[in-house]
Amino acid sequence: MSRIDRVFQRNGQTTFIGFAVAGDPDRDTSARVAHALIDGGTDILELGVPFSDPVADGKTIQKADERAIAAGTTPDTVFSLVREIRAYSAVPIVLLTYYNMVYRRGVERFYREAHEAGVDGILIADMPVEESAEVVEIARTYEIDPIFLVTRTTSPERMDEIVRRARGFLYLVSVLGVTGARDRVPDEALALLHRVRTHTALPLALGFGISAPEHVKTCAEAGADGVIVGSAIVSIVEKNAGNIPLMEQELKRYVARMKAAGVRDR
Amino acid sequence: MDKKGRFGEYGGQFVSETLMSALLELEHAYDMITADPHFEQALREYQAEFAGRPTPLTFCANMSRELGCRIYLKREDLVHGGSHKLNNTLGQALLAQRMGKKRLIAETGAGQHGVATAIAGAALGLPVEVYMGEVDTKRQALNVFRMELMGAKVIPVKTGTRTLKDAINEALRDWVTHVEDTYYLIGSVVGPHPYPMMVRDFQSVIGCEAREQCKKKEGRVPDTIVACVGGGSNAIGIFYPFLSDTLELVGVEAGGRGIGTGEHSATLCAGEAGVLHGAFSYLLQDAHGQVLPTHSIAAGLDYPGVGPEHSMLKDARRVTYTTVNDQDVLDAFMFLSRTEGIIPALESAHAVAYVLKHADRFDKDDVVVINLSGRGDKDVAEVAALQGVT
Ligand SMILES: Cc1ncc(COP(=O)(O)O)c(C=O)c1O
Repeated sequence: MSRIDRVFQRNGQTTFIGFAVAGDPDRDTSARVAHALIDGGTDILELGVPFSDPVADGKTIQKADERAIAAGTTPDTVFSLVREIRAYSAVPIVLLTYYNMVYRRGVERFYREAHEAGVDGILIADMPVEESAEVVEIARTYEIDPIFLVTRTTSPERMDEIVRRARGFLYLVSVLGVTGARDRVPDEALALLHRVRTHTALPLALGFGISAPEHVKTCAEAGADGVIVGSAIVSIVEKNAGNIPLMEQELKRYVARMKAAGVRDR
Repeated sequence: MDKKGRFGEYGGQFVSETLMSALLELEHAYDMITADPHFEQALREYQAEFAGRPTPLTFCANMSRELGCRIYLKREDLVHGGSHKLNNTLGQALLAQRMGKKRLIAETGAGQHGVATAIAGAALGLPVEVYMGEVDTKRQALNVFRMELMGAKVIPVKTGTRTLKDAINEALRDWVTHVEDTYYLIGSVVGPHPYPMMVRDFQSVIGCEAREQCKKKEGRVPDTIVACVGGGSNAIGIFYPFLSDTLELVGVEAGGRGIGTGEHSATLCAGEAGVLHGAFSYLLQDAHGQVLPTHSIAAGLDYPGVGPEHSMLKDARRVTYTTVNDQDVLDAFMFLSRTEGIIPALESAHAVAYVLKHADRFDKDDVVVINLSGRGDKDVAEVAALQGVT
């Protein structure tokens, strides 16, 4: 059983998956962001490997990627950050990246180094299941859970194929579109949740647009096993870049509030 | 094509999950229309009655005399709209209409593809929105106005390098958000399968015509065909019908200020394999996999990627890829204007520049065909500014 599996086995709460861009706004601040997210109660930490052309991301995360790249962040930086976070905490760490960053380093080397640093799962945003055979095999060798996206447009046949290869959890994309905070969780997201449930026993986490405690509550009540929150966290980092102690405080407070909204009383 | 959507090892479908159903729908729709004679007939009619096809294969008496070989221009500059881009946009817009899509989106660099999409959209009654890097909206201001005249909405892109690459990023983000009713009309042989194959098929009309025309005029296929390569659609369009003939095919990339300066767009000559915009192909990238900024005097070539079929043809050594620099291009722009009375697009002037630079390679009986992918009216203001004319 992987570290990610164990987190989802805990009862009574919706797993909170907090996302930040590794190296945003620079390496050391980014380490403090990660520690603050963990201190606030983040169950799984998701770190974005900054990429020059993040087509699945909205403005907030695009800008964070640009800041991180400008600060000199490379995959080496990301792995060194992971080692530092791993020394601090046992929370599962998932990397979110784009295929070219993995391919360029060499798929096998990327996964080996990720494993050695303490990464638990990797999601490649522009790698559909059709292109994933090699990656999934290597991920298995290095005991890294391959995380896949499922969306409203995923057909039942493809969903079965995805479920066969995915480990850890499924990332359900709640809207058609790119990442970014939104006002509400659309009904389609909950419909998707129920549809995917009929295909798999894997934990299901909803992401894209989730930013407020009410959203977490809605997802929890609909039976989501987890929520993924990215742009809202990245915005806190961006807003408080000039005052890091305040940034840490805001992050902790935010995660605690979001977590509290996900407590299930049964 | 080997595996589904692959040219050798290149190509594929590296897109986010949301777009997969749209790509599968597109593949299916494209299969249907390729088997449908009515579609073929409708497209032929638009090409003949609206776009002005076939385009001439013009013998250039003056240039031939000066360079000492037999030079022909395939006159895609005479296609309605001023470039080869309409060959593709008419095909894809007709397909979008068949698929019941309600809206066309496109990216554009030089503005030629945006103009060609605006034309096709207006003709077929489909609303058009075009993403264009802010840098390009300035250097190709005339084309922005042309698009707007034809009812298209031009959206300036202010992210990243603010050129073609970022326009494609924004178009992909729009598509993922409106995937159910929107058709993404991509402008070159790039992007995920089936785009590289489909755009190549629609552009192959260039090579099919040129082959027949050359056989009629010269009694044989040419010795050399030269085309500029941005994403690679005009090049593959003229090369493809000749791939099994014995002749030299030359693709000319933008050498910009020189390969050594790093300020160029010579993807095949200076790049390495990677994934951008949904396809595995040559790519200009740094040691870590970040895509590099590019430069070309020609906005339409200012792109760090290239179509996957070209990557295969390069590795197979079936096509020779090379570069010319900005200054060679300006010289060629002037030369063709003065010598033949034809003002080439700066993109197409790359192909002309190659022939000028390497004229000594050709014998007097050698037949050289240059794909003149577009006309230069859109570039006149920029060239005037570069020449210090105000
Ligand atoms: C006249 C002309 N030629 C060539 C190109 C480059 O595109 P491709 O390599 O796809 O033909 C463009 C792109 O805008 C263009 O406008």
